[in-house]
Amino acid sequence: MTGAPILSAFNQAVSEAWASGAGLLLPLGFFAGTAVLVPFSVGSESELLARIGPGILWLALALASFVTLERIFQADLQDGALDLWVQEDASISLIAAAKTLGHWLISGLPLVLLTPLLALTLQVPPEKTLPAMLAYGLGGLTFFMWGGVAAALAASVARAGLLIALIALPFYLPTVIFGTLALEEGLGGASILFLGASTLFALGVAPAAMGAALRLAAD
Amino acid sequence: MWSILANPHRFMAFSKIAIPIAFALGLILFGYFLWQGLFVVPTDEVQGGDIFRGMFIHVPSAWMCMGLYVGLAGSSFVWFIWRHELADVAARAIAPIGAGYTALCLATGAVWGKPTWGTWWLWDDARIMSVLVLFFLFIGYMALRAALETRQKAARAGAILAMVGVINVPVIRFSVDIWSSIHQGPSVIRADGPAMSWVYLQPLLLIFLGQLLIISALILILMRAEIYNQQADAALARRLSKA
Repeated sequence: MTGAPILSAFNQAVSEAWASGAGLLLPLGFFAGTAVLVPFSVGSESELLARIGPGILWLALALASFVTLERIFQADLQDGALDLWVQEDASISLIAAAKTLGHWLISGLPLVLLTPLLALTLQVPPEKTLPAMLAYGLGGLTFFMWGGVAAALAASVARAGLLIALIALPFYLPTVIFGTLALEEGLGGASILFLGASTLFALGVAPAAMGAALRLAAD
Repeated sequence: MWSILANPHRFMAFSKIAIPIAFALGLILFGYFLWQGLFVVPTDEVQGGDIFRGMFIHVPSAWMCMGLYVGLAGSSFVWFIWRHELADVAARAIAPIGAGYTALCLATGAVWGKPTWGTWWLWDDARIMSVLVLFFLFIGYMALRAALETRQKAARAGAILAMVGVINVPVIRFSVDIWSSIHQGPSVIRADGPAMSWVYLQPLLLIFLGQLLIISALILILMRAEIYNQQADAALARRLSKA
């Protein structure tokens, strides 16, 4: 078993983002755009925004993961990369996990780094910013892992965006629940631990499911 | 025992006899004890008067939707490991019935919740949320199967999704203990024996048994229909290849 295909899948995920010319900007722009739409649609009273601000960012994060994940494995199926991965010695689950992690690094992590700025405009109290970033980081990684499973399952379906969202939704819910509770309780509460546990669970289970789904798509 | 039925011919012979028996027995049990539950057993004033009779619909449907999901995941597992075609046919038949029962559980819960809790719906109750998740799992499962072009691919993708989603079932089971909100704790299946009086427990269990029989008959009917469908496809393919 060799690590080379795993590394190359990771590199591919990272470089694909730059190849389109927009790099980090596209997911960031979508994320910020979604969050900025909300004050216009629900009203801009500071108290209201302070209460719903963290939730809006969870929603924007989930939507951003849906939008960017749609083609993550579809392109590999179409250009034949998937067929080569299946023949490699390296486990396809690890290759898929590496690709998803690389994808998260480009399309997920920058969003977390942007949250303090957006949280500021949404009137979230400043002392909550750091715990919030930790929660968004863990939650975002979980979103991308489960979203990756949905994307792998729907890899051979044309225009799979809505299907991916529908499949991934049940798996996102616990994360959103724990994440929101964690923001209310802060780092001292139990919810951040539950959130961490759900992230670890996703990291453990999702790659196996992605691998099985990709092997199916390659057939 | 089940592997005997994995042979489609034996399955067809078995289901032909089993369906009418299960259906008739189920209807009698369900009908008689539902009547008992709704009209005969004494009113429980502690539980808010006659509204508690909603339990005889709500509780069996809640057990059923979880049980059906476990059945879906179990037959997906059997299909994924041993590739018994009938297991996939069963999974395919269970999904719509499971979605229907989950919807029934949510709907009757809402009707029961309005007079007793004062609200149709409560977003921060873990039990309601996890049943809602179950509903979306069933819907997502059916949507995924419908989107994939071949039966084989649909079966494999559906099996993976159903097996990953099974984690939700223990979450529902323990959600009442861990994040207790508005939903009451378990009163039938608990370590120190049922807290419910036998007067109510007996019709409840027998209604559940009756529904279980009816549902088994429905699943068998859907499975037979699917097998006929596959046989028709095969016959058509044979005829086309000759022509």
